[in-house]
Amino acid sequence: MQGLYPLFTAIPLAAAFLNLLVTKVNKKAADYIAFVVAAVLAVMAVRMLFEAPFSYRVGGWSAPWGILLVSDGMSALMLTLINVVSLLAIVYSLSYMTAYTAKPKYYSLFLLMIAGMNGVVMTGDLFNLFVFLEIASIASYALVGFGTEHEELEASFKYLILGTVASTAILFGIAFLYSMTGTLNLPDMARQLEIVGINRAVAFVIALFIMGFGLKASTVPFHAWLPDAHPSAPAPISAMLSGVLIKALGVYTIARIMFNVIGPNGMVSSLLMFLGALSMVVGVLLALGQSDFKRMLAYSSISQIGYITMGFGLGLNPAVPPAVAALGLFGALYHLINHAAFKSCLFLCSGAFEYRTGTRNRFEMGGLMRRMPVTGAACSIASLSIAGVPPFNGFWSKLVIIMAFMQAGYYVYGSVAVLVALMTLMTFIKLQSSVLFGQLPARFAAVKEAPVAMVVPLVILAMLCIGLGIAYPLFGESVLQAARDSLLDKLAYMGYIIGG
Amino acid sequence: MILYFLTLVLFVMGVYCLIAKKNIVKKIIGLVIIDYAINLFIILIGYRRDGVAPILFKDMPMEEFARHSVDPLPQALVLTSIVIGLGVLALQVAICLRLYEKYKTFNMSEINRLKG
Repeated sequence: MQGLYPLFTAIPLAAAFLNLLVTKVNKKAADYIAFVVAAVLAVMAVRMLFEAPFSYRVGGWSAPWGILLVSDGMSALMLTLINVVSLLAIVYSLSYMTAYTAKPKYYSLFLLMIAGMNGVVMTGDLFNLFVFLEIASIASYALVGFGTEHEELEASFKYLILGTVASTAILFGIAFLYSMTGTLNLPDMARQLEIVGINRAVAFVIALFIMGFGLKASTVPFHAWLPDAHPSAPAPISAMLSGVLIKALGVYTIARIMFNVIGPNGMVSSLLMFLGALSMVVGVLLALGQSDFKRMLAYSSISQIGYITMGFGLGLNPAVPPAVAALGLFGALYHLINHAAFKSCLFLCSGAFEYRTGTRNRFEMGGLMRRMPVTGAACSIASLSIAGVPPFNGFWSKLVIIMAFMQAGYYVYGSVAVLVALMTLMTFIKLQSSVLFGQLPARFAAVKEAPVAMVVPLVILAMLCIGLGIAYPLFGESVLQAARDSLLDKLAYMGYIIGG
Repeated sequence: MILYFLTLVLFVMGVYCLIAKKNIVKKIIGLVIIDYAINLFIILIGYRRDGVAPILFKDMPMEEFARHSVDPLPQALVLTSIVIGLGVLALQVAICLRLYEKYKTFNMSEINRLKG
């Protein structure tokens, strides 16, 4: 697998452009190309989970000069997440996207987005990370506005402006780091920063990165674009954006740079914990009053990202015992994959309801459980998972995060997490009661179950929601702990510059 | 130092243009100015007074070259960054045109269907 590592970006990048050429001849080919590419990538990504950590030198150039690709527990976890969710989203698109014109262009943008996200989580070079981040971002701006109606264009434009500001801040930070360390290679930069220490310039870079990557992850002061952008995109794209993109571009990059390059630091830790708690509270409060199904889910994404950010913040704290910090980080990683499973499932469900009923307003729906039993069941399972009802996955990850905060002595943050979990439960009970149960409006009496291609991904994701909760002993020991250890072990990360 | 200061002035002008102007075309121009300011800043990192181009000829002594040449890496970064900026700009203008087709205005405060 080592020699094949760059293919994770090369295949989707090539397929994105090939797709446009081939569809000039044959319109049908786009579906097959996208599906085959996504399936191959998903299989490769799952295999990466069983690989020992290694680093790959692009073009054979040795480390501080050439570009380095790093594969460790965290990268493998993120690759699996990205490629599995994108395979499911592409299967869903096969029938959902027939309502839109220009399907081949949609697949090309989708594949570009996958290439960008895979690149971000693989690379060990800071500027390379920026380039891939921009590829994924540009594709996502275009995909948000794909419907080209009033609302979609407006949301896309807002997202585009704020995303560009974020990218500018990130580039500014990269320029600063380069001028201080004289390198762009992340492991090498970690070494140079050990010598430089945390001076004022590094603190400024941290601020720029938290703003830039925080905007991509939509933590609260930087969240304004998300509730517009995510609901405006087509449903599979909403699932990708909420389930994967904000994590790959925002949360992962913050974690990688703060843990492996800059290192545990009290200031960053308290900042991330505060922003996380703020996101949790603000997100869930705004979600409560929404009438639009997808907008409610988008606000709840902000709230759930808050849990993850807060867990990472605790993991970065040098003042708490290492075991507790590791527990917090573990909970954050666990919640990260869980959130990808249930939020993607919920967004795909909302798309299935919209596909059959033609509305996204939850007060206009009702009693759909009887007409669309499979979609309804998947939606229920995902809602119970996000609300933290045992034995579904969301319960366990929230429990781990709350336990870590209580053990660390942050009782206020711990209580806030409990309170937000209860309010999330309330939000999703409201959602369930207005969409799935209650009176079925007369005009939806003839509504049928969604097409097979849309139902299959829903069922798989719903099963993942249950499986990630119950079958934790099967994967938790190996996968999650490998990811956690790769973030905590800064020395090992610095060592990637030699190996390869 | 004066060069860094002028770059900062350019950057602040861009931020002002982005925040204070209602017209979306002007907002895009503001973003482009910010982008140029950052690019200039990156170039300045590698700049050296009386430096020579970072091309090593056969007859040039190595130490002499290392003492006088500018840092080539920021120049490569800026090239990439300009290309990315071009891509983003193209998309911004395209969406801006589509917005004008739909709303018949460039005024951001009249493009406000999404709220809450």
